[in-house]
Amino acid sequence: MDLDTLVVQFKNKDEKAFEKLYNMYKDSMHGVIYNIVRDNDIAEEVMQDVFIKAWHKSDSYDVKKGRFFTWLINISRNAAIDKTRSKSFKNSGKNLNSDYFVDIIQSEDSLDDSTDAIGIKKFVNKLAKKCIEVIELLYFKGFTQKEASEALDMPIGTIKTRNRNCIKELREAVL
Amino acid sequence: MNINDYINSGILELYVAGKLSEKENQEVYDLMLKHPEVLKEVLEIEAALVKLTASVAPKKDIDFNTIKGRLNTNDTDGKVISLNKPKTKWFSYTGWAAAVVLAGGLLWTLNQNSELENQIQTVTTEKDFIEIQMETSKTDLAETKNLLNIIRDKSIINIPLEGQAAAPGAYATVYWDKNDDTVYLDLQGLPEPPEGKVYQVWSLTLNPLTPTSLGTIDEFIQDDNKIFKLENTNESQAFGITLEPAGGSVSPTLEQLYTLGALASN
Repeated sequence: MDLDTLVVQFKNKDEKAFEKLYNMYKDSMHGVIYNIVRDNDIAEEVMQDVFIKAWHKSDSYDVKKGRFFTWLINISRNAAIDKTRSKSFKNSGKNLNSDYFVDIIQSEDSLDDSTDAIGIKKFVNKLAKKCIEVIELLYFKGFTQKEASEALDMPIGTIKTRNRNCIKELREAVL
Repeated sequence: MNINDYINSGILELYVAGKLSEKENQEVYDLMLKHPEVLKEVLEIEAALVKLTASVAPKKDIDFNTIKGRLNTNDTDGKVISLNKPKTKWFSYTGWAAAVVLAGGLLWTLNQNSELENQIQTVTTEKDFIEIQMETSKTDLAETKNLLNIIRDKSIINIPLEGQAAAPGAYATVYWDKNDDTVYLDLQGLPEPPEGKVYQVWSLTLNPLTPTSLGTIDEFIQDDNKIFKLENTNESQAFGITLEPAGGSVSPTLEQLYTLGALASN
């Protein structure tokens, strides 16, 4: 079914449509959240909360203002970051290192044997560090173009074109 | 505006990242509707990022049903009360242990109950059995007393029957109550008749010798005390018992005369 139609139905509180969207994006949100919290149980809990929040706030999504995926990823990122700032999270003694998402992909247990997974592993293995950094900051961490340019100490325009090239490589690897 | 330049600028990647201004977002949206190649580009960027982000997820499939129940509540902020994990586990283990002990106890109790019920059943059966025995004994006693009264009655004539050639060891006694034309036969001293044969009791008058059948003893084997009652309206002078085919005979088979006895002549 057409994604736009599903999103319209979702906004009309159609549970079936929402279930389809959930199945389309749950792993992505789980990944984004896990990359931030780095804890299986917490990531699972936050991911579920994110979809429940999305369901209750479906009114606030406007198709003209951006992609549904983008909207969802914003909620996920914010929820995960909120979680890392919560008292219980800090008390749990979690040590958030500054590893990139690629470390998770390269570690044995996060990958299954699907062709997608193999493609992604090949992609990240040959991916230049500058690509890893840009993708990490823009998509996983939610940095703005300006924040990323400051963090990586490079001009804003460079961020834009570099990101374009990195995503192009990703598309070649997985699509 | 050159669409290819627009696409190659990298603005669509930033659009999917959500890093554009509201005005730029609106612009991309309008262009997607107008130019299929822009839409296609956005969809491909998005698809690649969906796969990339998904590959970072822990390998655990979380079913939609785990959140379905919370969709229709007012759980808008999505906050979940954080439980103290070790404590939860301790409570949980204790709970399970208690449940197991309780279940074990219940089973034991059920088992005990069933055993006791079986015991009650056994005792009840024994009691019934003993009551039946008592009843039988009472009946036996009454019968015996009745017999004793008959034997002691002075109006009753007592005739011992001696064993004959067919059965030298056999003996019997006839108690004849002339007042109510009844004879009681004590056949304790007769052997069990073979299959298909019965004892037949005869009343005899002597001059000339005339036998009259008083009947056959059909329940010899079943009877416990071997005392039988028959009607006798004859002016008997002697009694004889012969072994006859089942159903009895019209006249006695003398070769099978077991016992014979005459009234004392007076």
